[in-house]
Amino acid sequence: MKKELGIFILLVVLCIITSIYNPNFLSTINLQNTGRQIGAFGIFSIGLGLVIITGGIELSVGSMMGLLGVLLSMMLTEWNLGIVLALLGCIAIAMALGLGHGLLITRLNMQPFIVTLCGLLFYRGVARFISGDETKGFGTVAGLDFLRFLANGNLFGIPMPFVLLIIISAITWVVLHRSVYGRYLFATGRNPEAARYAGINTKGIITLTYVICGALTAISGMIFAFYTNSVSPANHGNAYELYGIAAAVLGGCSLRGGEGSVIGIVIGTALLQVLRNLVNLLDIPSSLDFAVMGAVILIGVMADQIFTERRNRRQIALMREMSAREAQSN
Amino acid sequence: MNNTPLLEMEGISKRFPGVVALDRVDLTVGAGEVVALIGENGAGKSTLMNILGGAIARDGGTIKINGAPVEINSPRDAAAYGIEFIHQELSVLDNLDVAANIFLRREPTFGGPLKLIDRGRIYKEADVLVRKLGLDISSRTLLSRLSIAQQQLVEIARALSAGARMIIMDEPTSSLTLTETRRLLEIVHDLKSQNVSVIYISHRLHEVEEIADRAVVLRDGKNAGVLQRDEINHERMVRMMVGRDLKDFFTAAGGKEGVPAKNEGQGFEVRRLRTLRYPKHNISFNVADGEVLGFAGLVGAGRSEMARAIFGVEDAHETEVVLDGKALKITGPRDAIAHGIYLVPEDRRQSGLIVDFNVRENISLPNLDAYSSAKIINFSKESKAAIDASKAINIKTPTPEMRAANLSGGNQQKVVLAKWLTFAPQVLIFDEPTRGIDVGAKAEIYQLIRNLAANGVSVIVISSEMEEVLGISDRIAVMHEGRLTGILERSQFSEEAVMHLATGTEG
Repeated sequence: MKKELGIFILLVVLCIITSIYNPNFLSTINLQNTGRQIGAFGIFSIGLGLVIITGGIELSVGSMMGLLGVLLSMMLTEWNLGIVLALLGCIAIAMALGLGHGLLITRLNMQPFIVTLCGLLFYRGVARFISGDETKGFGTVAGLDFLRFLANGNLFGIPMPFVLLIIISAITWVVLHRSVYGRYLFATGRNPEAARYAGINTKGIITLTYVICGALTAISGMIFAFYTNSVSPANHGNAYELYGIAAAVLGGCSLRGGEGSVIGIVIGTALLQVLRNLVNLLDIPSSLDFAVMGAVILIGVMADQIFTERRNRRQIALMREMSAREAQSN
Repeated sequence: MNNTPLLEMEGISKRFPGVVALDRVDLTVGAGEVVALIGENGAGKSTLMNILGGAIARDGGTIKINGAPVEINSPRDAAAYGIEFIHQELSVLDNLDVAANIFLRREPTFGGPLKLIDRGRIYKEADVLVRKLGLDISSRTLLSRLSIAQQQLVEIARALSAGARMIIMDEPTSSLTLTETRRLLEIVHDLKSQNVSVIYISHRLHEVEEIADRAVVLRDGKNAGVLQRDEINHERMVRMMVGRDLKDFFTAAGGKEGVPAKNEGQGFEVRRLRTLRYPKHNISFNVADGEVLGFAGLVGAGRSEMARAIFGVEDAHETEVVLDGKALKITGPRDAIAHGIYLVPEDRRQSGLIVDFNVRENISLPNLDAYSSAKIINFSKESKAAIDASKAINIKTPTPEMRAANLSGGNQQKVVLAKWLTFAPQVLIFDEPTRGIDVGAKAEIYQLIRNLAANGVSVIVISSEMEEVLGISDRIAVMHEGRLTGILERSQFSEEAVMHLATGTEG
């Protein structure tokens, strides 16, 4: 919990500084836009964070969103599958791709980095090929109002993607931090061998996590598609995996696995989006965009490392004290 | 020969969390002297040698080389003083060849700043060194193609080529065959004649009898005594190591006389187990309810593979596991756990525990469903179970939220055991249950093992410690290179009988 508190304070400080220098930061329209971004980015970042907790990585989420966006448009406008079928189809395809990744990683013992790097390249290529490398839209398909509302609408002034993020993060919070599945996930990520000796189906847990990541990626992908209202196969979702990884790591996930929290990932996402916003509002040259993010992530992770070591030293001191007390009483 | 010893360690102390590992220990070694450092596991031998080798820092005491005080803060420092450490777990790089291993970090180079390795020279020199040690291999051979004994000789060659004046050998013969052991002892003799000192750590007391000029005995982190060449004999060493008669040590825990009555169709039975490592041999044995069956043998005899195969974490070619007359199908640890068969593995930090998890999370891990409803964990229930278990088997931790990594070895082992005690065990397999555990905790573990047996659990104890396996078992099964070479009844127990079967010589 202390971890999350640290970057939460950083987030608040950044918000205060930005609003002092540019009061527009607190304008309704800016807050809504930033909230919408946080929502859309946060949902798939949670999926990616879960994968990172298994000790793996998922580099293909951006390309997957590109492919799903193209497919969604084609299913609706060219193949006329109907909204329900198209939506379910997209989610099912993403879950199937996640399943494929999980099986390659657990059954063939392939490295997650390589499997998903190939996914990153492959899905982007497929997206561009099936669309003829042309930007796809949603034209005049009827009945998309509700989906557009999910991407662009507000509920009591709160952007819908943000509302969705809150719902999804509440569910994943319970699953990760309160359920048996979550504990197994941490155990598997931390020490797969000991987890196996404890009777945990580590392969199943890892595979399931990639499937969940696929499903969350599909939801984010569709929000982005309706948000931009068009899908450019070469650019849609490009490099988003890096935002997801950055958010997860900022939020306390360790790439070694076995560490992280849903709240951390959500705050990490928020921090990244506020940073992008801040670069805009403070008239920092937008070319510095990535440099600012890189620096903040580095500082955040460094601070976290220092706190972790300090906490561990305290525990060791506690053990020493106890054994000293015992030595005295003997 | 002058009178200043090559090495003097005086008053060396070291504390670890929860344990005083060394308490003012002295050790001197003369030039060209072979000193055996002996003591039970956890007596402090490894800690003392790790301090000398620069791997860990001492808390107190002085180290002198040729009479001058020195600071050894890293293995590099140790090497600079001519001290080389040959670990039990060899530290060779098996993806490189013999010459590359011998010259690692001391490669002769040419080409100035390019630092190109002088390959011609390293192969030529390595060939000479290797031949001197009686190894009949090319220095271009990859280490992965050599036997353990050959790899060990490569390490010795490396130490010699680095100009070692003193070589520390930690259990050098633990994975060697009898012939290889003979060869190694000859090499130790040769080193001595070249005025190289050797500190020889071994549990094999007859080796110590054979080669040591002096035996320094440690017990519970303290000096327990020194035996000169003519005083070294088996009896005296054992008495000094244990500090009391063996029989006393195990009275609380000791095995029952005679074989427990065997009820037909009861107990645990393994038939025709063939491990992946030794597919040619099959192993069959049974353990009665309430019986402790010891498994003795040298390292690499296939005992751990057998245990892992029974538990289902490792595949086996063929096996039949029968519990109380019912044949079980075990394809993974989950099946074994479901049938009440549990393993306390050899490497507790890697396989037994998640060291970054706290005590509570470790204990509940295999039995989480018992502390949750609708898959949601009830933390207070979980915590209570951890506290109860800690009390029941005396796990010393200030709070169940303590990271397992911060506990002492003995308490970590109790956490591993506590995981399984939250079930009702039918069969418990212990693989080296007291490795790296201090003497006090050791006695507690023995008591726990006996209590389990008294409650009707079939217990298997794999141990490479002779005293332990003789003391704890009702019967002893002995293995040699994948073969079950014999099962001894309590009346047949003796160190010699076990050793004969373990080394594959006919008794």
